[in-house]
Amino acid sequence: MTAPPMLEVKDLHAFYGRAHILHGISLEVRAGEVVALLGRNGAGKSTAMKAIMGLVPPARGEVSFAGQRIERLPPYRIARLGLGYVPEERRIFTELSVMENLEVGRQAARAGVPLWTEDKLFALFPNLARMRERPGGRMSGGEQQMLTIARTLMGNPSCVLLDEPSEGLAPIIVEEMANSIRALKGEGVSVILCEQNLHFALGVADRAYIIEKGQIRFGGSMAELAANESLREQYLSV
Amino acid sequence: MTLASILIQLLNGLAAAASLFLVSAGLSLIFGVTRIVNFAHGSLYMLGLYGAYSLIEFFGRTPLGFWGAVVLSALAVGLVGILIEVLVLRRIYRAPELFQLLATFAVVLVIKDIALFTWGAEDLVGPRAPGLSMAVEIMGRRIPAYDLLLIAIGPVVLGLVWLLLTRTRWGALVRAATQDREMVGALGVDQAKLFTSVFFVGSVLAGLGGALQIPREPANLELDLAIIADAFVVTVVGGLGSIGGAFLAAIIIGVAKAFCIGIGTVTWFGFEVSFSKLTLVVEFLIMALVLVVRPYGLLGKPQAAQRAAEPAPRLQVPSWTFALVWLVLLALVPLAADRYTTILLTDIVCFALFSVSLHFIMGPAGMVSFGHAAYFGIGAYAAGLLMKRFGLPMEAALLLAPLVAGLFAIVYGWFCVRLSGVYLAMLTLAFAQISWSIVFQWDSVTGGSNGVFGIWPSGWLADKTAYYYLALVLCGAGIVFLWRVLFSPFGYALRAGRDSPLRAEAIGIDLRGFQWAAFVLVGALAGLAGAVYAFSKGSISPSSISIAQSTDGLIMVLLGGVETLTGPVVGAAIFTWLRDVVARNTEFWRAVMGGVILLIVLLFPQGLVGGLKALVARWREQRA
Repeated sequence: MTAPPMLEVKDLHAFYGRAHILHGISLEVRAGEVVALLGRNGAGKSTAMKAIMGLVPPARGEVSFAGQRIERLPPYRIARLGLGYVPEERRIFTELSVMENLEVGRQAARAGVPLWTEDKLFALFPNLARMRERPGGRMSGGEQQMLTIARTLMGNPSCVLLDEPSEGLAPIIVEEMANSIRALKGEGVSVILCEQNLHFALGVADRAYIIEKGQIRFGGSMAELAANESLREQYLSV
Repeated sequence: MTLASILIQLLNGLAAAASLFLVSAGLSLIFGVTRIVNFAHGSLYMLGLYGAYSLIEFFGRTPLGFWGAVVLSALAVGLVGILIEVLVLRRIYRAPELFQLLATFAVVLVIKDIALFTWGAEDLVGPRAPGLSMAVEIMGRRIPAYDLLLIAIGPVVLGLVWLLLTRTRWGALVRAATQDREMVGALGVDQAKLFTSVFFVGSVLAGLGGALQIPREPANLELDLAIIADAFVVTVVGGLGSIGGAFLAAIIIGVAKAFCIGIGTVTWFGFEVSFSKLTLVVEFLIMALVLVVRPYGLLGKPQAAQRAAEPAPRLQVPSWTFALVWLVLLALVPLAADRYTTILLTDIVCFALFSVSLHFIMGPAGMVSFGHAAYFGIGAYAAGLLMKRFGLPMEAALLLAPLVAGLFAIVYGWFCVRLSGVYLAMLTLAFAQISWSIVFQWDSVTGGSNGVFGIWPSGWLADKTAYYYLALVLCGAGIVFLWRVLFSPFGYALRAGRDSPLRAEAIGIDLRGFQWAAFVLVGALAGLAGAVYAFSKGSISPSSISIAQSTDGLIMVLLGGVETLTGPVVGAAIFTWLRDVVARNTEFWRAVMGGVILLIVLLFPQGLVGGLKALVARWREQRA
């Protein structure tokens, strides 16, 4: 018998202002899995993450995390259950130094979940170690992307929502990013990864969902997706 | 001036700057994190003074008693701050920002009456600080030792706040939340607790600022709005959210004021210039100057993007039938009502135009004014003075007064439309306060604090009912005109500019020019309301141009609801009527008004008319 999924979303609907963005999406992530949520610009990927995190209040549907219903909880309660969120726009605190940005993300240790310290994070992201006192506003895009992931890891999450981590980064940094996601998986952290970059997702994810116009159109292994060209043509090519 | 007297004024100014800095630092901190312009912050300062007075009486006038009282009073004020945050503000963080402003006005009213009830209306003069009542001789002049201590306290508190903000986890959270509080929440930080703690710290600073003033200034009931105006000026000059900026600005303003008092009256080129009379204005002059040169204050940065507001709902033009029914009703009332009701109705009609003109500028035009009473008061004074001093007939004075108010709006507006958001609101307050100071001090022309008397309407309007009809026609026409303007191309351009200044300019709208024109238009019509009001009362006092009058206008607009056209009229009517009823029945009418406003704020976060419309809509949905 398999254990219940770590994160389970059922028939989730969400609105942005008056626009109906999510039309009942369902997906699940198991412990230690990296799952990619693929789709074009405007398909609803970011809204799905925000709705799971409580930043956009879900209009209908269920979200369960670590055995608890969370669709009505405020974001800080969800974060304290061990669900981490890395926003697409990074949202670094520009006035705060690297160390202070990490401090804001700090949460108490969680049983059965890897504990992150500044030193461990600096080992994962060596660039950050060299700029501990630098204000977040004076870092490059790639460095900010590392920092925003590190900041979320300071909360010792068991699962991380990663919104387009490869967006706008130089190829060499994208490769570094892929390595760090594999390192997270190695630690046993589950990851949902929003991506438009199929190549990037193929390199790190175990399974994938495809979202289009706020609905899930495909769910399966990366191998299935790689083999099915018409699927990729229909939903992912630009 | 000799070197010695310059030094004395400098020390005086620095001592005064200490409390000013404490209050402003608290205000700045609270605004930074919660984005609430806390009008009740001055009330907390006032409570600090009263609290220190009572606790010193209780503990005895010993050094320990004095300092114990100061510290305890500050902490007690901090608890009051927590109460305000938890009971009121926490419930409305999701409401529109203006509604939070309304809630803090209500708190001002309630605290004022609690102070009146507890400590009475008399000024309470506190003791000198035991052990520090002597003076220190510096360059042959005697300086109170307590002043020197205050001069030291300012930088010490600055240092402590700085350490707290840069060396503690709490400080990192506060600074992070100032930039992006939603992200802080997504990282697992409980915003409610953070806000409460910020309110506590900010309130303690206000309370401490007040308590430390007890040897220098008697505790009295006017301190709340007086100090809040000062604190606004300091935070804005220094830059919103910048503690260091607040310190710098407090010193500049404290010292400038001290020098104005110290210089006194001098004769330049045969003209007498009274610097001491400048004292009430000098800070606002500094603020106007600074904001024109540096729109974000001395050490401020452009404001973080506000959270995306819900799009404003469509404005609906009240139909002609609706307008006609009301007009007929209002025209018939005096036939049935007594003289008293007719007078009250005249008041309501004047305030309705005042409120609608304020709504025009803060709602559709998107420029919140904290100093709208300037134009109401200038209109009133212009009417009175044109008649009294220039001997114009009443009718001519009444028609010229709005033009005078409009002229002032041309000057004030030119500065104001260069700013936006809170900075703009503060600058309007500054101009209103400058106008008030001139009126208040220019005894020979304006009658100073006594005002102008004996300005009654001409014979054919002497009857209260006749005058009511005049008021109804003039103010009614003003209101309808403003409403029509909103649906003219000019009105659409203003609304476009409010929703997206950049896009409006990109399609060729000269936004600044349009905003300036709007400023002048509402200034003139508020002036008309003031002129009509002045002749209905037969006298004018400086209170018609005061901060309290400006906040009354804001309460009327927000009470009725900023999102509908009729809201401000309803708000004006209810506020004026309620104040009249309550004030006739209890000395503590402010507390009752404050309580009612708080109830409305908590129950109808869309304003009365908006709330009722929502209720009706829901009822219809259920029936359908």
